[in-house]
Amino acid sequence: MKALLDIRGLVVEFDTPEGVVKAVNGLDVRIDEGETLAIVGESGAGKTQLMLAVMGLLAENGKAHGEALYRGRDLLQMSPHELNSVRGSNIAMIFQDPMTSLNPYLTIEQQMVEVVMHHQGLKRDEARAHAIEMLRAVRIPDPEERIRQYPHEYSGGMRQRVMIAIGLLCEPDLLIADEPSTALDVTVQAQITELVRELRERTSMAIVLITHDLAAVAELSERVIVMYAGEIVEAGSAEDIFYRPQHPYTRGLLASVPRLDKASDDELHAIPGNPPNLQDLPTGCHFRDRCGSAMEKCKRPPPLWLDDAGRMSRCFLPMAGGRLQAGQILPPEPDAATPEAATTEDGEA
Amino acid sequence: MSKPVLRVQDLAVSFRSYTGGLLNRQEREIRAVDGISFELFAGETLGVVGESGSGKSTLARAILGLVKPNRGRVMWLGENLTALDDEAMRQRRKELQIVFQDPVASLNPRMTAGDIIAEPLWTFYPNMDRVQVDERTRGMMKMVGLLPNQINRYPHEFSGGQCQRIGIARSLVLNPRLIVCDEPVSSLDVSIQAQIINLLQDLQAKLGLALIFVAHDLSVVRHISDRVLVMYMGQAMEVSEKTALYRRPLHPYTNALIKSVPVPDPKLAAAARRESWLTGDMPSPFKRPRGCVFHDRCPFRVQRCLADVPALRRMESGDWVACHRGEELDLTVR
Repeated sequence: MKALLDIRGLVVEFDTPEGVVKAVNGLDVRIDEGETLAIVGESGAGKTQLMLAVMGLLAENGKAHGEALYRGRDLLQMSPHELNSVRGSNIAMIFQDPMTSLNPYLTIEQQMVEVVMHHQGLKRDEARAHAIEMLRAVRIPDPEERIRQYPHEYSGGMRQRVMIAIGLLCEPDLLIADEPSTALDVTVQAQITELVRELRERTSMAIVLITHDLAAVAELSERVIVMYAGEIVEAGSAEDIFYRPQHPYTRGLLASVPRLDKASDDELHAIPGNPPNLQDLPTGCHFRDRCGSAMEKCKRPPPLWLDDAGRMSRCFLPMAGGRLQAGQILPPEPDAATPEAATTEDGEA
Repeated sequence: MSKPVLRVQDLAVSFRSYTGGLLNRQEREIRAVDGISFELFAGETLGVVGESGSGKSTLARAILGLVKPNRGRVMWLGENLTALDDEAMRQRRKELQIVFQDPVASLNPRMTAGDIIAEPLWTFYPNMDRVQVDERTRGMMKMVGLLPNQINRYPHEFSGGQCQRIGIARSLVLNPRLIVCDEPVSSLDVSIQAQIINLLQDLQAKLGLALIFVAHDLSVVRHISDRVLVMYMGQAMEVSEKTALYRRPLHPYTNALIKSVPVPDPKLAAAARRESWLTGDMPSPFKRPRGCVFHDRCPFRVQRCLADVPALRRMESGDWVACHRGEELDLTVR
């Protein structure tokens, strides 16, 4: 497989009145052609900032360092003009809230036709025909009629379909979807998920799904990256992550989701404590103040375990079938037998 | 079982909407809640589910008298709340409290956690001794898993989950007997959701509270509820005991909701492919379908559903359904 987007050593920092905050801390992510990758994490994980940085869409006080190679060209070094052409034609991004991403003053037609004329140099009526075709592809009924309507005349689910249609207009080879169905009802979510599955089968587009919703990940992804406090804590195939999770955070996340298929009346497993505060992270492993397996040595930066299948885990607990990354050594063992009680029971510290 | 603490009877709320200009002004009615009835017992949790726009939040507000119903009764311990004047209703609020969806936005950013929690005490017992109030506030903080020494901090110094704990402490400070939770966990991270659900369940068991839990997440509702009310276009489609509801729903709409719930398991997800026969969206509130409000999206509709409105009726099991075909359909979830 060829790398479509190769992100190396990406750091995203924000200048704030309280000092510099690192939202993403030295991240390596590779996205291959045609694959579906999920980036999972809770608030403060850095999953959205990672992709905004790559797309050159960071807030004004944000800075990105490192490399983001799209087919070998570094997106972080591109001029705004170059970046615009890549964003329109090669990489498309859809956001959580379809209402705020669409211009309420323009009809769907105006918003779609503009894009095609600009990026593909089509004439107006060709562009219009193409737009209608795309609306049909995302299952908007009567696209010839509905293309003349304004966003408020569409329901939430339909708006998200329109956003996807706009994203697909220029046949991108990478679609970045940031929480595409979070704001929608389950019934509509199911429809959007089916749509994305269909598109994935019909086109060879790679998809990056950014979400906190593990069920959406299970439905759509081949590979999964789990982020916590700006770092990757675990990565692997969807089956590895769901059936053989290694990192205590991944395990905790999976266990805290109530499930209809395994309904029980037992108390839910909750990860104690609060989401990471980037201005006040614990030293060493950033998850240690919430981790049930935390040990004395977790105050030092945890090692990285890898295997040949591309699976990885960042933890002092060894990864099944993994070896330490070259150059890393585990600290001596004397304290291993005395696990430290990590937090109080309800975790409010 | 003993007598219910809350009995909602044929409750209806509508809003008016105006279109057109000065001369051709037209008034239209949106029936947000359209004839809901149910009972709730002490210590019981009723889950309320439905898609956005189904009227579940309006129902929650109408029960607490936060919006005026235009029909029906809310019987609280035998007394009709909708007939009370403002002062009498204010007094009842000691017993009926609410927890809101957005924990951060629902707290006054200029008040400390302690003041937010103690405010209901000052309002209802203005002569209460300072030391007593302080003691009670700290006690509440401990009960919901906050540290009493955080009493002078402001909301922005807490995380979302902690803010929701503050909201819960405030709702409990007057010793209420009923708490209405309107999407209390939907804006929280997954790992924190579980904390808050566990907390609510613990508190309920400890205090014998009756709970109305409004949410769109069916897995969460399954976890916390004893019975579940399923709403669609302001009407009750089904009110069932939760195990029965999730195993064999009586109403096609309940079935559709359950089948739409994704499962965090790649193999099951690949095998199941979420049922997509629930096509389209909920109709516009101005274009209520005749007959059964769900008929245009229902795969099981028959001629009768287009003309007759199905009444909510009691089945042999004791569960309630509003579907003409309630008896004959077998919607068992595999």
